Amino acid sequence: MSSEKPLSENVEEYLEVLYKLSLEEQPVKTTKISKMLNIAPPSVTQMIKKLERDGYVHYSPYKGVNLTEEGYKIASSITRKHRLLERFLYDVLKIKKEKIHDQACEMEHALSDDAERALCHLLEHPDECPDDEELIPVCDFQFKTCEECLNRRQEEVNEVGKRDKNLVSITNLKKHENGKVSFIRGDYKVIRRLMDMGITIGAIISVLEIAPFKGPVELLVRGSNLALGRNIAKNVFVEIVRENTCEKDGALSHG
Amino acid sequence: MVRISDCIEKSEYEKTLRDSRNEYNENSFSNDSDIRMALAGNANVGKSVIFNYLTGSDQVVGNWPGKTVKRAEGNLQYEGQGIHIIDLPGIYSFSTFSMEEIVSREYIAHENPDVVINVLDASVLERNLFFTLQLMEMEVPMIVCVNQMDIARQKGLEIDINKLEKALGVPVIPTVAVRGEGLHKLLKQSIKVAKNNKKAEIIIEYGGEVEKVIQQLSTFLESEKVDIGCSKRWVAIKLLENDPEINKLVKSKSNRAIQYANHLAHGLEQIHEEPSFAIMAAERYSLANRIAAGAQNQTEFKITLSEKLDRILIHPIYGHFTSAMVILGLLVWTFLLGNFISGLITHAMSFFQPVNPTLSGPAIAVLWNGALGGLVAGLTLIVPFVIPFYIMLSYIENSGLLTRVAFMMDSFMQKIGLHGKALIPLILGYGCSVPAIDSTRILETRRERLLAAFAITFAPCAARTIIILGLVAIFVSIWWALALYVLDIMIIFIMGKIALKAMPGESTGLIMEMHSLRLPSSSVIIKQTWNRTKSLTYLVFPIFIVGSAIIQLFYVMGVLGPISNFMAPLTVGWLKLPVFAGILLIVGIVRKEFVLLTLVSFVGTDLSLALTSVQFIVLAIIGMLYIPCLSTISILIREFGLKAASVISAANLITAILVGGIAAQILSIFL
Repeated sequence: MSSEKPLSENVEEYLEVLYKLSLEEQPVKTTKISKMLNIAPPSVTQMIKKLERDGYVHYSPYKGVNLTEEGYKIASSITRKHRLLERFLYDVLKIKKEKIHDQACEMEHALSDDAERALCHLLEHPDECPDDEELIPVCDFQFKTCEECLNRRQEEVNEVGKRDKNLVSITNLKKHENGKVSFIRGDYKVIRRLMDMGITIGAIISVLEIAPFKGPVELLVRGSNLALGRNIAKNVFVEIVRENTCEKDGALSHG
Repeated sequence: MVRISDCIEKSEYEKTLRDSRNEYNENSFSNDSDIRMALAGNANVGKSVIFNYLTGSDQVVGNWPGKTVKRAEGNLQYEGQGIHIIDLPGIYSFSTFSMEEIVSREYIAHENPDVVINVLDASVLERNLFFTLQLMEMEVPMIVCVNQMDIARQKGLEIDINKLEKALGVPVIPTVAVRGEGLHKLLKQSIKVAKNNKKAEIIIEYGGEVEKVIQQLSTFLESEKVDIGCSKRWVAIKLLENDPEINKLVKSKSNRAIQYANHLAHGLEQIHEEPSFAIMAAERYSLANRIAAGAQNQTEFKITLSEKLDRILIHPIYGHFTSAMVILGLLVWTFLLGNFISGLITHAMSFFQPVNPTLSGPAIAVLWNGALGGLVAGLTLIVPFVIPFYIMLSYIENSGLLTRVAFMMDSFMQKIGLHGKALIPLILGYGCSVPAIDSTRILETRRERLLAAFAITFAPCAARTIIILGLVAIFVSIWWALALYVLDIMIIFIMGKIALKAMPGESTGLIMEMHSLRLPSSSVIIKQTWNRTKSLTYLVFPIFIVGSAIIQLFYVMGVLGPISNFMAPLTVGWLKLPVFAGILLIVGIVRKEFVLLTLVSFVGTDLSLALTSVQFIVLAIIGMLYIPCLSTISILIREFGLKAASVISAANLITAILVGGIAAQILSIFL
């Protein structure tokens, strides 16, 4: 933790410390930072002011320092890398506990985000670091769990679009009425097939024929005539389009 | 909830690929200097017409979405250049939900044709461009053929080819394939594109954040050196759509690419509040809409003849009549013409007379009475009925009439767990169960295909019709024959219901394009009919000839007598038939017509000497229902396995014994 480090690493070190201290109390007193980094208070204040200029922290003299959102993001990421590395050094490389902290401090700045993710998977998503059993911050991918991140969305969604009060099923439309597709529910593959055939959210459809005895419905969508079985059609909901601007034969029926 | 199937059964898929090469091309396949062209596009845009025109090969052209499941290939020579053309199945998207989609995608992505000819329907430009955009994502050398310009003109649509060409960045050729217009130019341009390996001049970009994400991901794939042999942009889009196949391929190379893709897709989903596949579909459609709107001009709104006809064909009331007329017309045409041709052939074959085994010796009897007899029976009974049937069916299919009938019949078919499309195999079943069961492939799930096949085994096929006509219509009355027909349809319905109970599951809904009605090209009809008749002949005639010979052998060896005696409690006791009925039923397993043929060989042409009216009716019922014939059983085994085939056969047998027995008991009181 010498002061000859490149500035960015230095910044990262400060943010990392701020992250740790801000878990205990907020705002963080500069004296605590100085003690932890073993740097004289005036130098710390100077650095904090620089961090504030760069938009990473808010600094109020005599009160202390708060991380901004941007600062928090970097801080948690670097902390996460640090603690993942500690786990790696300890669990995989079997390095002694006393040595891993300093080693991780050196390595964390060089670790890319991709390498971090790979490390996370290699270590099977650890949640605590070995030396002081502190929590490893979660990664910044927007997934609830790591499995979700890797497998994503074995999404077999069964509805698309927004439910709205004034939606009607196309089976409730009358002949020659038009509607704007707003919500579809049903089997995943049915939904995908409907979208491939042009019934996407926002598409304008027009009812051409409704077969009796719960028979299929014939629609005009994007210039093509499409027959949908009643039990599929009833799950396609539209907003009725009153003004008859769309010509019923036009290929340009999509607004 | 309604679902569409998992129709991707791997073995089946591989079989499709294996089956694909027809012998027509065998000798010319290995030529490496040939240009390889692929025809791709939506169903019913005229790809097969173009294919037929260019290659003159025997390929099946159908109007049913996904009809050309089999891969059709052909060769031609043009100015000394060998060209190999493959006609890909008609599909709407590349989302691996059907076998057709997989076949097409695999071919384009991994077999790298020299040029892909994307055929569009000019009258439905926007929906067709949705597919074009997906092809363009794959960054293959391609050319666009805007077909059916005549139908677009009838609708009052003018298409500016130059604008379309500019927007897409690939050559665009307008054509009217049924009349051969523009196809010469199409071929010339395709060769040019293939020789220069010319890809699109521009990359078609999607909107704002979607495009940004696609580019981010493809750059990442580039830096990760993820190469699965297709364009990075396409792989990126497929990953964002969470395509299972591509996902698996990429995962084997780089986990991080998957994570990054998921991360980006998640971001998109946050913005749009829709799943990523829906975002991509909407994005493609909005682009397709813009291109279509820019390139086409609706000069006037014309109501086409097709639309006028549709007002009747799918009218809530008249539509049922027209549908019934179509089905009835098909049957009446088949029987009238079939009877006529059958008469002609029988006359021509009159030299054939069975010999008496005791005089000629067993060997001659087996060969002459058995093998040749089987051949003659096939020629006089199958060919005459099948050909007219296939010709008319082709017309109904290719004109688009069949989609209208399916539309009207959907609610009825739903009652037996099938949708309107399943009507096709059932109607085919009126001709012959074998091609009918083969055509159940147009249905989505195995369950539905099984339900349809089950119903088909009860359908009054040509052979059953012959039994009904030959036994009941001639010797009892035509009205009793008709009544048996009605009974058979009722049985189909009841058995369908029972099968539905036995095989519970969610029924598939109908999603079907109703394209414009049109007069099909007769060359397509002839080729299709020829193709179908040929494949049926190959399957049926060997069984016919060999089966007939074996039965004759049994007869000569005298084993049939003991067997029919053994069956006497059933045939005589319960069904009130003569003892020799047991023999009839055994020979009928080969072909149902043999019931009639053997009966004639036993008692001579005047059957009324041997049987009473009741016995005629009961024998007809039993013959109609008791077991699928050998060819049907063999195709059932091929399509569904031994177990399903046995269950279906057993169900047939039980139904026949029950219905036949009850009829025998009741009718003997009245008649």
